[in-house]
Amino acid sequence: MNEDDLRQMIGRVQRGSLSRRGFVKRMAAVGLTAPMATQLLALSGISPASAQSVPTYAPSRRGGGGALKILYWQAATLLNPHFGSGTTNADASRVFYEPLAGWASDGTLHPILAAEIPSTDNGGLSADGRSVTWKLKRGVKWHDGQDFSADDVIFNWEFAKNPAVAAVSSGSYRDVNVVKVDDHTVRVEFAQPTPFWADAFVAAIGQLIPKHLFKDYAGANARDAPTNLRPVGTSAYKFVSFAPGDNLRAELNPNYHMNNRPFFDTLEVKGGGDAVSAARAVLQTADFDYAWNMQVEDEILKRLEANGRGKVNIIENGNIEFVQLNPTDPHNEVEGERASIKSQHPAFGDPAVRQAMALLIDRNALQQFIYGRGGPATANFLNNPPRFVSPNMRWEFSIAKANEILDAAGWVRGRDGIRAKDGVRLRFIYQTSVNAPRQRTQAVYKQAAQRAGIDLELKSVTASVFFSSDVANPDTYTKFWADMQMYTTTMPQADPERFMNQYVSWEVSSKANNWQGRNIARFRSEEYDRIFRESQGELDPVKRAALFIRMNDIVVSSNHIIPLVKRPLVSASLNNLKPVLSAWDGTTWLLGDWWRET
Amino acid sequence: MTNYLTRRLLIAIPSLLGISVILFTILALAPGDPFEELATNPAIPPDVRAHLRASLGLDDPIHERYWSWLTAMLRGEWGYSFVSRIPVDQLILQRLPTTIAVIGLAQIVALCIALPVGVYAATRPYSLFDQVANTLAFIGFSLPTFFTGLLMILLFSIYLDWLPFVFRTDIEATGLNWWWQMLRQTIMPIMVLGLFQGAAWTRYVRSAVLDVIRLDHVTTARAKGLPESRVTILHVVRNAMIPVVTLVALQMPAVFGGAIVTEQIFRIPGIGSLLVTSILSNDTPVIMAVTFVFAILVIFFNLVADILYGWLDPRISYR
Repeated sequence: MNEDDLRQMIGRVQRGSLSRRGFVKRMAAVGLTAPMATQLLALSGISPASAQSVPTYAPSRRGGGGALKILYWQAATLLNPHFGSGTTNADASRVFYEPLAGWASDGTLHPILAAEIPSTDNGGLSADGRSVTWKLKRGVKWHDGQDFSADDVIFNWEFAKNPAVAAVSSGSYRDVNVVKVDDHTVRVEFAQPTPFWADAFVAAIGQLIPKHLFKDYAGANARDAPTNLRPVGTSAYKFVSFAPGDNLRAELNPNYHMNNRPFFDTLEVKGGGDAVSAARAVLQTADFDYAWNMQVEDEILKRLEANGRGKVNIIENGNIEFVQLNPTDPHNEVEGERASIKSQHPAFGDPAVRQAMALLIDRNALQQFIYGRGGPATANFLNNPPRFVSPNMRWEFSIAKANEILDAAGWVRGRDGIRAKDGVRLRFIYQTSVNAPRQRTQAVYKQAAQRAGIDLELKSVTASVFFSSDVANPDTYTKFWADMQMYTTTMPQADPERFMNQYVSWEVSSKANNWQGRNIARFRSEEYDRIFRESQGELDPVKRAALFIRMNDIVVSSNHIIPLVKRPLVSASLNNLKPVLSAWDGTTWLLGDWWRET
Repeated sequence: MTNYLTRRLLIAIPSLLGISVILFTILALAPGDPFEELATNPAIPPDVRAHLRASLGLDDPIHERYWSWLTAMLRGEWGYSFVSRIPVDQLILQRLPTTIAVIGLAQIVALCIALPVGVYAATRPYSLFDQVANTLAFIGFSLPTFFTGLLMILLFSIYLDWLPFVFRTDIEATGLNWWWQMLRQTIMPIMVLGLFQGAAWTRYVRSAVLDVIRLDHVTTARAKGLPESRVTILHVVRNAMIPVVTLVALQMPAVFGGAIVTEQIFRIPGIGSLLVTSILSNDTPVIMAVTFVFAILVIFFNLVADILYGWLDPRISYR
C-alpha cells in the first residue's frame, strides 16, 4: 500500500463511504496496527471516539471510593509545575494542576481544560500552521471557588517566559506569542509554520497555575509564593498537606468539572525508599495501590506477581537503550579539543567496522536474560508512536558475518587475536553509567566482540557524574571522550521532532557550546539535516511521518547508532485498581479517571 | 569554670570556620549540579538550564559563593533549597521531630539495654549470663543495620504481616489508636537501631565496670560492710561512667543527624534521608546546613561531655 492508496482510503472515511472500523480493519490487513490507523484518521481531521484513547470510566457517582495510595520511590520536593525538575515533581503538581490537554497513550491529545482539541476542521488550526486557537471549557473553577478563564492561560505564558522567574518550562513559552481572543478563547501564535503545535499549555509543561494567587509573585520573588507549597488548581483532588521529600495528601474536589469524578475520597502520594520494596508494598503486602516506575529485575517482579494481589503494567513509549559509535577521534586533540568534529575516528570511519559492531550485539539475549518485559529488542531508534515506526530496519546477531565483513575490509588478526589495519587496532573504550543491566550488557557485547577480533575495554562511570553537565569533568556522556557509549534516551512527547533533533549537525556537542549540544553522538549527514528541516515545515501529517521514518533509517543504517532495547514504562498496581496511564504523559495525568472495581 | 567555657567557645569558632570551608570546597568540587535531570530532557533548551544555574549563583567562583553563604549564615539566613525552593530551616524543622523521636528512642532503648546488662555482666564476669550477653552483643554489633532492617521487614511485614514497613507521617487516627499506629510503624526502626547501638555500648560498659570493680576503694567499700547494690551503684558505676559518657555524648549529634541507611529502608522522613536526597540532587544549601549543624552539635556535645566529667569525677578541675 502506498501513500496514494492511503490518502484515497482516508478520503472515503471522510466522505462517509467507509466506516472508521472498516478503515482500521483494512489497515490491519496490510500490517498496520489499530493505533496507527486511528492516528492517521485523527491527523487527517477525523476525530477518534474518545473512548479509544482513554479507557471507559465506570463509576456512576462522585466519591465513595475510599483512599487511593500511591507510592513513588523518589519523593516530590515542590508543587509548582514551572519550577519542578524531573518526573516526580511534575507528577506531584499534576495531582492539583491541569493543562489544556494531555497526551493519551496512543499518542492522541485528550482535552482536559480545553473544550475540544483544535483541528483544521473545527478551525482551531490555521491552514498556514502559524497559529492554534484553544477554546476553553466553561464553568471550570479553581479549588478556592474562583473562575478559570483565558486570563489565567495568558498569565501562565507571561510567568513562564519571564527570565526573572527562571522557570524550567520557559523553553516552551518564550518563542510563542499568546493572544486572548475572548474570556474563553486563546490563540497561540508561532513565528514559523509549526506542525508540532501541541507544546505550550499541553501535558506536564502545560499545567496551569491560578493568576489570582501568583500575580504578585510573577518576578524574581516567584520562589516566595506561598502557593508553591499549597497548590490551588482545577483538578479532581484538592490539597490537604505536603511534606517536601516525603508525602502529599489530597481529598476529593466536590466541584470538579467532570461528571462523576473523582472516584476516591482521599489520595496519598508517599515518596522515598527503593524500587524493590515499593514493588513489594503493592504486589506482596498490598499496603499501597500503585507503585511508580518499577526499575526492578523482571524476574523479581514475576515472582511478586505470583502472589496474585497485583499486576505489572507495561506501557510502550519511545525510550530506548542504545549504543553510539563515535565518528570523531576521542583520543587525540584537534585544535585543543578531544572528539573534535574536525577529526575522524580511526576505526569507526570505516563502515565495515561499524557494520560488524552492529552484528555483534545479541539483542535477543539482552531481552531474554537481562531486561525481560522491560526491554524488548528493537532495530529502530524511533519506536513510537506507531505511525513513525520504520518497517525497513532489521537487526541480526552473527559473529560469523561480522568476521567475514572485517576480513573482506582488510582488518587482519594480529598475534594477540585483535584485528588491525595500517597500525589501527580494533580496541575500543566502551563507556556507560554504573547500573547492573548496563554492566551485564557490556559483558555480553565484549564477549561477542572478542570472538570477532575486537577488544572492548569496559568503563563504567557513576550515573551522577556520567549524566551531569559538569564542564570540568572528562567522563560525562555529553563529552563522549570514549570510542563508544551506551545509555537510555527518553522521548518525552508523542511528537518526534524534539527527539530526532539529536542528530542534526547544528546541535553537535562541542567545546564551543560547552558540550550542551543535543547531538552527543556527533552524527552528521547532510541528507539528515535537509530532511529534518523539511519536516519542521511539513504540515501534512502523513508526509511528515514518512520524513521521520527516513531520518530513523539514515541514523540506524549508518550504524553509528545501534539501537538495543526499548524501555517501556513499568509500574505495579493492585488487581482491582483501574489506573489510566499514558506513554506520553505523567502517571497522574488523568488521576480523576482512576477507579477501583469492587 | 566561666573562664574555661569562654575559652572553649572561642576555640570552637576557628574550628567551625575550618569545617565550613572544607565542606563547602568539597561540595563545590563534587561533580554534577541540581539541574542534571533537565540535561536529559530535550524539551528544555541548554540556555534555559544555563540561566537557571546563573540565577542560583552556581557559576560564581567558589570563594564568592562561600563568602555569600557565610555572611547569610551569620545573619541567620540558611538559604533556600535549590530543589524545593523553600527555606532550608523550614525543611529541617519539618523533619526534626520524626528524627528525634525515632533516633532518640533508639538511643534510650540502647542505654536501657547497655547499662543494666553491661553492669550485671561485669559484676559476674565469665558467668553464664556474661557469656550469653557477650555472644549476643557480638552478634548485635557485627550485623549492619541495613541487614537487620531488611530481615525484620521480611519477617514481621512480609511473612507474618504484623507491622507496616512504609513509615507514614500522616496517620488518619486519633487518640489511643494514633499512638498504637505510631508504635506499630516505629517499633522496627527503633529496635534495629537500638539493638545495634545497645550491643556496642554493652561491651564498653562491661569493660569500664570491670576496670573499676578491681580497684581498692571497691574492696574497702565492701570491707566496710556496705550492701552490694550500694557498692555497685555508688562506688563502681559512677566511676566507670566516664568513658561511657564520652561515647554517649558523641552519639548525641546522631540523634539530630538521623540514621541515613535505616531511614531509607523504612522510608522515614528524617534528617538522614533529607541529607541523602539532597546529596543525590546536589542541593548545596541543604547539605551545607545539615552537615554544618551536625558539626556544631559534635563540638557542643564534646563540651558537654567534658563538663560532665567534672561532675562525675570531682578531681578533674577546669582551668
